[in-house]
Amino acid sequence: MDVKSLMTFREALNLALVREMEEDPSVFVFGLDVADHKRIFGSTQNLVEKFGTERCFGTPLSEDAMTGVALGAAISGLRPVHVHIRADFLLLAMNQIGNMMSNLRYMSGGKLTIPLVLRAVIGRGWGQSAQHSKSLHGIFAHFPGLKVVVPTTPQDAYGLLRASIRDDNPVIFLEHRWLYDISGEVDENEAAALGQAAVRREGDAVTLVCTSWMNVEALKAAEILSRRGVEVEIVDVRTVTPLDEETIVSSVNRTRHCVVADYDWIFCGFGAELAAVIGQGCFGRLKRPVERLGFAPAPCPTTRPLENLFYPSAPTIIRAVEKLLGLAETDLRGESFYSYEQRFKGPF
Amino acid sequence: MLDKKEALSLYQKLVLVRLAEETIREEYFKDEMKTPVHLGIGAEAISVGVCHCLPSGTKTFGTYRNHALYLAVTGDTDGFFAELYGRLSGPGKGKAGSMHLCAPEHGLMATSAVVGTTIPLAVGAALANAYRKTSDVVTVFFGDGAVEEGAFWESLNFASLKRLPVLFVCEDNGLAIHAHARERRGFRSIPDAVRAFECHLGAGDGSDIVDVVQSTRAMLGQMSQEPKPGFLHFTYFRFLEHVGPREDFDAGYREKPSPQELERLDPVRRLERELLRRGVAPSALETIRAEASAKVRRGAEEAQKAPFAPPAELTTDVWT
Ligand SMILES: Cc1ncc(C[n+]2csc(CCOP(=O)(O)OP(=O)(O)O)c2C)c(N)n1
Ligand SMILES: [Mg+2]
Repeated sequence: MDVKSLMTFREALNLALVREMEEDPSVFVFGLDVADHKRIFGSTQNLVEKFGTERCFGTPLSEDAMTGVALGAAISGLRPVHVHIRADFLLLAMNQIGNMMSNLRYMSGGKLTIPLVLRAVIGRGWGQSAQHSKSLHGIFAHFPGLKVVVPTTPQDAYGLLRASIRDDNPVIFLEHRWLYDISGEVDENEAAALGQAAVRREGDAVTLVCTSWMNVEALKAAEILSRRGVEVEIVDVRTVTPLDEETIVSSVNRTRHCVVADYDWIFCGFGAELAAVIGQGCFGRLKRPVERLGFAPAPCPTTRPLENLFYPSAPTIIRAVEKLLGLAETDLRGESFYSYEQRFKGPF
Repeated sequence: MLDKKEALSLYQKLVLVRLAEETIREEYFKDEMKTPVHLGIGAEAISVGVCHCLPSGTKTFGTYRNHALYLAVTGDTDGFFAELYGRLSGPGKGKAGSMHLCAPEHGLMATSAVVGTTIPLAVGAALANAYRKTSDVVTVFFGDGAVEEGAFWESLNFASLKRLPVLFVCEDNGLAIHAHARERRGFRSIPDAVRAFECHLGAGDGSDIVDVVQSTRAMLGQMSQEPKPGFLHFTYFRFLEHVGPREDFDAGYREKPSPQELERLDPVRRLERELLRRGVAPSALETIRAEASAKVRRGAEEAQKAPFAPPAELTTDVWT
């Protein structure tokens, strides 16, 4: 049976949920809006129809308690997938996440297992502003005991979500809003494992280590830089924890230059962790210090001109590469870049 | 009963809010207002009516569905549209957008897009008033969904325990996005649940501004007689989708009310009928509408000509 097909990121998420729910009756999906007609931007489509309201249901607005409910169900043998339409709302559940979920296995002397997934949408939308745009992967990854996944391609949305649901540890699975429309080939039989980075593009001039949407921006930057003979290598980290240090370090040891393009604030962020890992693993090989890109050091503004400056993008990656390699600035007039109105649709 | 003059001044404020939001509905499709909009068509009488009863400068807090509150407190259509169009001359310099409008200089301290988050802030502001030995009432507006958050109950408990001068105003449209109350609530009714606390309780028809004003006045009277928090529960009908400029009766999660029913649920039409019944000339209402319309139009037009914040503003106001 041919199991490869072209689908969007949202369809891939949906397929992963359907397959896991079909194969394991202990998997269920709950959270605000999962069962309304919009179905979390389509990603929870048909779950109620296929599996009933016992296995897919909405909740009151009670993030703190609902996260505890997910945890309680998980240590009792179910496999909850708890969904949030914005990662920002996970901050209401930080007590359960940082005091309970991350600790229970350790404090039970390894007796408890916590097979639960928190899915949440991150990133830019239509003037989403300071309370609907955060990523928070660095904050979650700070707690030992949690795994943090940031898929970019439809294949990863599918494969990594299935792997996350099957994992016996709490996994926070963060999906960029703009990725939902991206399409790509998905092989249903291809299993994915948490803890493996992917080289999305090979190059010798500089390594771009990217999270989530930054992979899309990096590919755009790579295409423009390639026209002037600069070939960049793109490493998609895919999972923040566990982190595949080896793939990252070996790439940078070859290119000897590195730009970390994270989708979060720079200060005390995951980008700092990456720079430290690279600094240690590539100390003698690096020709220049690691360059870090991320959000501007401010809350996310609503107004578009400032929002454009807030987020790192293909142009900021290009400028960082040029600076790192001592190149003159490429003329970017006439290039078209991604925006809300012109989102990348794929295929990836 | 309100006298005719007062009713006319309420009409003026209601119409200003309605026309401002109708303008958003017309303009939004041009994609120049790059901010999500949670319109309050149907809800206007609650913010306008309650704020009408509060001394000017009263500290208020609200949610992302804050247009009526902002305009009721400030009357500032120019700043309002500037913020919606993301311009420097907006109250948040364009950084706030629709969901975070505020005007501390008028007492409107904060509005927030994370449900329930301003409720404890209002209690804190009331604590500050009590601390300074004033009994000025702080008011907070929130939806029925916010009542499901722990922060609501924790705030209500603390305010009741400390007998703080805070007025909780629940704007109940029976919906949280598309979820009906019956899908979210394991208790019979919000007022019944709140009744157990040491606070004054009142309720009214949020589609009827006369009722809103009378309920609010009665509540403020009780709060000054016996210092305790107040809780006002107003029901209303959300005419449009949760966020965005459209109707969504075709989405399937709720029925469209009959035209007569919609007439009754529309606070502007309702006050209009009341005023006409009391013998106000239709031309007088027409004049009020024309004035409000000119003000709204000017605000929207000027905003689109105004400059955006310069790049340095990105990192301004992060700290003092
Ligand atoms: C803490 C939190 N959880 C979820 C959301 C997503 N959300 C935005 S509005 C809303 C519904 C709120 O309903 P209600 O309080 O009744 O206010 P209404 O929109 O009806 O005015 C939800 C769930 C949010 N903004 N904040
Ligand atoms: Mg509501």
